[in-house]
Amino acid sequence: MPASRKRKSGPRSQNGPSGVFTELVDHLRKNRTGLRAAWARRITEAQLLTAMSEDEILTETASIYDNYIDVLETGAVEALEAYARNLSERIIPRGVETHEVIGIVLLLRDVLLRSLLATYQSRVDLLTRMLDAFEPAARRITVTVAAGFVHERERIIHQQQAAIRELSTPVLPVREGLLILPIVGVIDPQRAHQLTGQLLRGIRANRAKVVVIDVTGVPSINSTVANHLVLTVEAARLLGATAIVTGLSPEIAQTLVTISVDLNKMHTVCDLRGGIEEADRLLGYRVIRVDDLSEQDEQGEGN
Amino acid sequence: MQVPILKQGQYLIASVQAALRDADLINLRDSLTEKVGTYRSRGVIVDVTALDVLDSFACRTLSDIATMIRLRGARTVIVGIQPEVAFSMVQLGLKLEGVATALDLEEGLEYMSRRTKRMDHGQHGK
Repeated sequence: MPASRKRKSGPRSQNGPSGVFTELVDHLRKNRTGLRAAWARRITEAQLLTAMSEDEILTETASIYDNYIDVLETGAVEALEAYARNLSERIIPRGVETHEVIGIVLLLRDVLLRSLLATYQSRVDLLTRMLDAFEPAARRITVTVAAGFVHERERIIHQQQAAIRELSTPVLPVREGLLILPIVGVIDPQRAHQLTGQLLRGIRANRAKVVVIDVTGVPSINSTVANHLVLTVEAARLLGATAIVTGLSPEIAQTLVTISVDLNKMHTVCDLRGGIEEADRLLGYRVIRVDDLSEQDEQGEGN
Repeated sequence: MQVPILKQGQYLIASVQAALRDADLINLRDSLTEKVGTYRSRGVIVDVTALDVLDSFACRTLSDIATMIRLRGARTVIVGIQPEVAFSMVQLGLKLEGVATALDLEEGLEYMSRRTKRMDHGQHGK
């Protein structure tokens, strides 16, 4: 049962045929148990909400039913809206689809209409006025629930996109003065922009002299992104860092030549390993195996 | 606004403190080219950390300064370009061609001493 069962008189019950509405709501409230059960049965029959158990369906349908009647009575959709969001938040991760959510609300409308028809079929005049009152409210409820569901879905998508963007562009300090920026996945202009920003801030924060930008994990590069890469290399130079691009696949190399980007300024090496070796050379590091080193020491002592 | 030019050993350091008008840039250019001769300096460091915008005129003047200083027998390095400034510069196509750059004053001094050492050893690099 929803907590707020306020009997506030909305604009609908004042201006509209209030007697009809009161009777409608009373009818739905009186037959609550039967109608709810009928609705839940119809949901199972139509194979909607298959991701949820029967008990869960019963609980949710009870809440939706009460909210539904509240909206009919007061004309205020806020509570239903909030409930729809909350419900969506719970059921979207379980794989409930948009058509299912809209389907169950339409089913409820169908169940209620049939019940009204069955009860008032002998009083056609009253029935007509009831339907006139019911129809717009029912439509509004359907739209509210559907919009709430879609809104929640979009919110989740945006959240995940942001998370992916954050995770997918690490700037890794390897040695003093050396940064590696591995790029994995498709680069769109927005991501390219973000990458550059992160790289330039990384250069300043780590006082990097050499940056290796590894694009092994990038499936394809278009001319916009290629130009952006050239700009990034230039911008890194303005901060006093040399950028080395590694992992350009044969396909990408071919694309770059075909779209004639000015690549003269771009320092490229075949793979990430080569890039790091080149960076070490530029920075004046030399990597020596410990074995070789101790051999040298022994020789030195022997002499 | 006048740009103070400090003498530090063999080098001159021009530290830009605030946004420059075109006339200030011309002044900076003239006094740097003059002082580099007066003090027999081997290098000039222009620090632009405080600037949050570098327009086309500023870029051209900086690149002119570098060329003139080279003709006077010394080297120039621009230090302290902010990441955002660098990015908007390249987007506008202002690239400071042929001018050495470094992260900050410290790196700039290190660059200078490396260059000077190389010159002293007779290896005339580019």
